[in-house]
Amino acid sequence: MLISILLLTVLGVIFGLGLGWAAMHFRVRSDPVVERIDALLPQTQCGQCGYPGCRPYAEAISKDEADINQCPPGGEAGIRALADLLGREAKPLNPENGEETAKTVVLIDESRCIGCTLCIQACPVDAIVGAAKLMHTVITSECTGCNLCLPPCPVDCIDIVGVETDILRWREPRPQTGLDLVLVQ
Amino acid sequence: MTSARRIEQAVDAGKHIHRFHGGLRLRHNKRISCQLAVERPPLPELLVVPLFQHAGDIAKPLVRVGDQVLKGQQIGQSQPCAAVHAPVSGIVEFIEDRPMSHPSGQAGPCVVIRADGREQWVALKPISDWRTASADSLITQLQECGLAGLGGAVFPTHAKARDGRERNIHTLILNGVECEPYISCDEMLMREQPGKIILGARILRRVLGAGRVVIAIEDQMGAVKEALTRAAERTDCENISVIKVPKVYPEGGERQLIQVLTGLEVPAGGRPSDLGMVCQNVATAAAVADAVVEGKPLIERYITVTGNGISQPRNFQALLGTSFSHLVEACGGYQDDVARLVVGGPMMGYPVATDETPVVKRSNCVLALTTQDIAEPQPEMPCIRCGECARVCPATLLPQQLHLQIRNGLWEPAEEYGLTACIECGCCDHVCPSHIPLVEWFRYGKSEQRRRALENEASDKARKRFEDREARLLKIKQERAEKMTRRKKMLKDKAFQQDRIRASIDRAKNKNNTDQNTSEADSIVGNPDDA
Repeated sequence: MLISILLLTVLGVIFGLGLGWAAMHFRVRSDPVVERIDALLPQTQCGQCGYPGCRPYAEAISKDEADINQCPPGGEAGIRALADLLGREAKPLNPENGEETAKTVVLIDESRCIGCTLCIQACPVDAIVGAAKLMHTVITSECTGCNLCLPPCPVDCIDIVGVETDILRWREPRPQTGLDLVLVQ
Repeated sequence: MTSARRIEQAVDAGKHIHRFHGGLRLRHNKRISCQLAVERPPLPELLVVPLFQHAGDIAKPLVRVGDQVLKGQQIGQSQPCAAVHAPVSGIVEFIEDRPMSHPSGQAGPCVVIRADGREQWVALKPISDWRTASADSLITQLQECGLAGLGGAVFPTHAKARDGRERNIHTLILNGVECEPYISCDEMLMREQPGKIILGARILRRVLGAGRVVIAIEDQMGAVKEALTRAAERTDCENISVIKVPKVYPEGGERQLIQVLTGLEVPAGGRPSDLGMVCQNVATAAAVADAVVEGKPLIERYITVTGNGISQPRNFQALLGTSFSHLVEACGGYQDDVARLVVGGPMMGYPVATDETPVVKRSNCVLALTTQDIAEPQPEMPCIRCGECARVCPATLLPQQLHLQIRNGLWEPAEEYGLTACIECGCCDHVCPSHIPLVEWFRYGKSEQRRRALENEASDKARKRFEDREARLLKIKQERAEKMTRRKKMLKDKAFQQDRIRASIDRAKNKNNTDQNTSEADSIVGNPDDA
């Protein structure tokens, strides 16, 4: 009787310590679902979803506070990827958040720029360089096309332009056929 | 059994022992273009040299409009890739976007040279003795001479050689299997210049440090085997053998050829060098001989001009930049009912919109098809799951599955089903009873996959920049808050206040003293008028 009580107590202590150690050493530091949702978002940080950036939106989705159809830059493909990840039904993009458009970048008309630095402060990815009372310019390769720099500009010197395509970025067109099959899984 | 041993077996047998999955037996249609000896066409007046000729980047032009260039002078450079050279001596008339023989049909940057007819060569820098030269100097020579795979993939030869050198290569395979119908430029080259091919093979073998050279040709190629064997015997070189393989399309594919020779498959995503082999086209080997022994850059290539739409089909040794129309004119012009111009063969070639398109390093054939040749486009029908496409697929894929996955945007499953392993040979297209343009779908799928990969890269970069910025803003905010609290604390501290007041009084006193001193000094030095 005493031996079995002792044995079980000792075992309990050993396992308890083991579990405690494991809980400390293998602790998941952040929610892995948030990471995985964030990885599927386009990272434009444009805020069209109603959240201040892609990660906050990912957190909101993981907490079920936001729906998966609020990201216009991600478009239909993005919604489908999110639906796959979360095991939900894909749905069309919420028109309140905007429309899916081809990727654009912005361009500063340098002759009109007065060097107010407001756009630099607005750019979420530091893609605009310049200093007070000096001309600003956009690093096109870093621009995500979020257009957050447009509203603060006092002289409207920022234009939205399409991304230049050259032969290296050429894409095969989708074959044109009369049929549109739906795969029944 | 190792791959080296398997190659030995095939060489001992003198023929192929293995086969690859699927494939098609197609009508050859090669003889019509093999009737006349290969000649150079008359010198064209204007040559259009595209700056984008290799797998890789667009080259930067090294010349300006109005410059005088010499034949063989380098006019384009892009660091990891091979160089682009002027095919004639003359004057650069334009550097502008022109049609440039690309599947997209898009225009791209080209250097347009007006030939002056003097054919004045730039000072060539041949390697005096390739047998003693270091492998590195040979590889550099290949890069400077703009060598690229002439079989169609235009992968820079120097990069392939360097990669092969770093791995343990036992066999160099020269690919003379020109399996696509109509094309005969490699066959003509092997007939007419076997010595040069053997020389190039020996140079490449030395660069790679390989022991054996195997030249694979098609069994229909008649006298080619004797020509090559004789040329090899003349050099007294050992371990150069010619193996005939049966004509099954697409046997000229590098992976299919290796499977036929060894029975081994190159692993998916891998390269032949994983099996200790390197594959080069026979035309590349001939160009290597020119580049090393004579120092001549790659400025001309053999090209077949054929098809029922051509009066006298034949092969040319054409300068890069010659327009197709010039070649056709040298063939006696078009037949009346020519309907389509294709670059490459009927299976893997792509149509071009204009015959102003220039010859580039990758162009092996210009095929003019008449209205009779072109099948009436059939209406596409739903897939009936007959499995014919899977039966003929040389990469042992399931085209019917891949097609549905791509059509429905299921990219991950498509990747798992081996979309990247598709060689776009067109066998599945050819046999599909529902006339589904399968290869078009696979090309589209591959290009979408590349786009997705690029987008992921871009979004990762944007995330990193966003996070860095957030961290920086947070740091600035924290620093400001710290400064504020420090100041507040100072203001509250009585003793500290006293100290500061005392310090400022001292400072003021000191200043007064020094002011007096300086004013005294001023008056001493003073203005002479005052005194």
